[in-house]
Amino acid sequence: MSYKPSSLQLQREDARRRASRRSTLIAAVSTVAFGLVAVIVVTGAPGFDRVRTSFFSAKYASHALPTVFHGLLLNLRVLIIAEIFVLIFGLLIAVARTTKQPILFPLRLVATFYTDLFRGLPLLLVLLLVGLGIPGLRITWIPNSAVLLGTVALILTYSAYVAEVIRAGIEGVNPAQRQAARALGLSSSQTLRHVVLPQAIRNVLPPLLNDLVSLQKDSGLISVLGAVDAIRAAGIETARSFNFTPYLVAGTFFVLMTIPLTRLTDWLARRQDAKQKQQGRW
Amino acid sequence: MRTVLEVKNLRKCYGSELVLDDISLAIPEHSVNVVIGASGSGKSTFMRCINLLEEIDDGQILLDGEDISAFGTNMDKVRSNIGSVFQAFNLFPHLSVLENITLAPRLVHGVSRNDAEENAMALLKRFGLAEKARGYPDLLSGGQQQRVAIIRAIATNPKLLLLDEVTSALDPVLIAEVLTLIAELKSEGMTMVIATHEMGFAKRIADHVIFLADGKIHEEGNPSEILNNPQTDRLKEFLGALHSAGRL
Repeated sequence: MSYKPSSLQLQREDARRRASRRSTLIAAVSTVAFGLVAVIVVTGAPGFDRVRTSFFSAKYASHALPTVFHGLLLNLRVLIIAEIFVLIFGLLIAVARTTKQPILFPLRLVATFYTDLFRGLPLLLVLLLVGLGIPGLRITWIPNSAVLLGTVALILTYSAYVAEVIRAGIEGVNPAQRQAARALGLSSSQTLRHVVLPQAIRNVLPPLLNDLVSLQKDSGLISVLGAVDAIRAAGIETARSFNFTPYLVAGTFFVLMTIPLTRLTDWLARRQDAKQKQQGRW
Repeated sequence: MRTVLEVKNLRKCYGSELVLDDISLAIPEHSVNVVIGASGSGKSTFMRCINLLEEIDDGQILLDGEDISAFGTNMDKVRSNIGSVFQAFNLFPHLSVLENITLAPRLVHGVSRNDAEENAMALLKRFGLAEKARGYPDLLSGGQQQRVAIIRAIATNPKLLLLDEVTSALDPVLIAEVLTLIAELKSEGMTMVIATHEMGFAKRIADHVIFLADGKIHEEGNPSEILNNPQTDRLKEFLGALHSAGRL
């Protein structure tokens, strides 16, 4: 027999449709009102005309585009290298901090000290200390390269952040999982490698990617050491033309560069939520 | 008959609380031993002492005549000879059913992937779970998950299988399918220690019933004797409570 909704259900669906139409209308009106207020406030500001010509100039934007983009390629190279090392070091530090092997105790101590130190130090300070301090040592086999030392500073700082995220993941894995693995005869390192870490990483993937997004934009900070990245290139253009538009160009590039990873992070987080709801664990 | 497991004067404390008090037990090959007792009587702790998940405070545990409670025992090796199944299934959620089952044979017993998968598929087929092999645990019902957990535990051909309240998290229909599997293992001669609240099942499957209360063995013997004609007050009380709760 074919199903026909009852009149009660039809009424209910009708009411739902009306409610959702009303929500859409309210959202549209509110968006327009907000937009109008924002436009009026900004364009009505006394210095708006000056800002428009010095920050939003199409002429200077197209002029700066190639050099800023060239600088951005340096940022890309730096952040790809940094991301790889950050993930490796972060993982090693997290494992060192959670290990209970007595022989690795000194390693655990060093790892704890390391994360405490580099989570607390401002990145800018690390960049300056590494970028200016290490060349000051005059060790000949260390190249005095702003790009290299800047990348090292990024890796030092972000490894500490990522290690803490992964450690939280390791400690979040249900102890019963470890026990089940040990009961099957797996050694502690086999348990870590095949049972604990895969689950730990999966659980902290959204915050992990979040840190990588941060790293992407902070790769622009190596410009303080003189590396000609997107920000530095924009600075040079600005100094040449007395117009700030190149900075806006660089900013746009950075936003565009981080958007794919932020979307991926959001998508993963949503998917995890949905999965947990489905399993009734929330 | 050969003795697989021998427990001598086992004692276990949590802090100042005595959980297992002077437990002695011998488990012959191919026998099914059911441990009954109220929650908190020490059943789970007893099982966890046997597979060395808990450190014991006195006594001795011998597996195949070898003292596995001695200091310096290779615990991974001991555990690879004992299968353990828990109340909460504890399947690895990031691995497929097949990977769950083949993990220990491949990593611990050095079986090749092909052989391990072949063996796992044969077991899954026999217990009606072949079409779930590539699926992940969260897509299975509780009964299916627990059956996979049991298959995972026997895939390494253990000398002894420990089943700790494996049906306590399941509804009656799912309980039945898990119990059927356990009965089949008995018919194959698997040596088992089972902690359970399913008295009907205990009566049907057990060769030997052990009643634990306050960490002590109060009574043990063949199932009909123990369950129909209890001697100690503690056991009478326990069975009476089960009876009035409609569980007997």
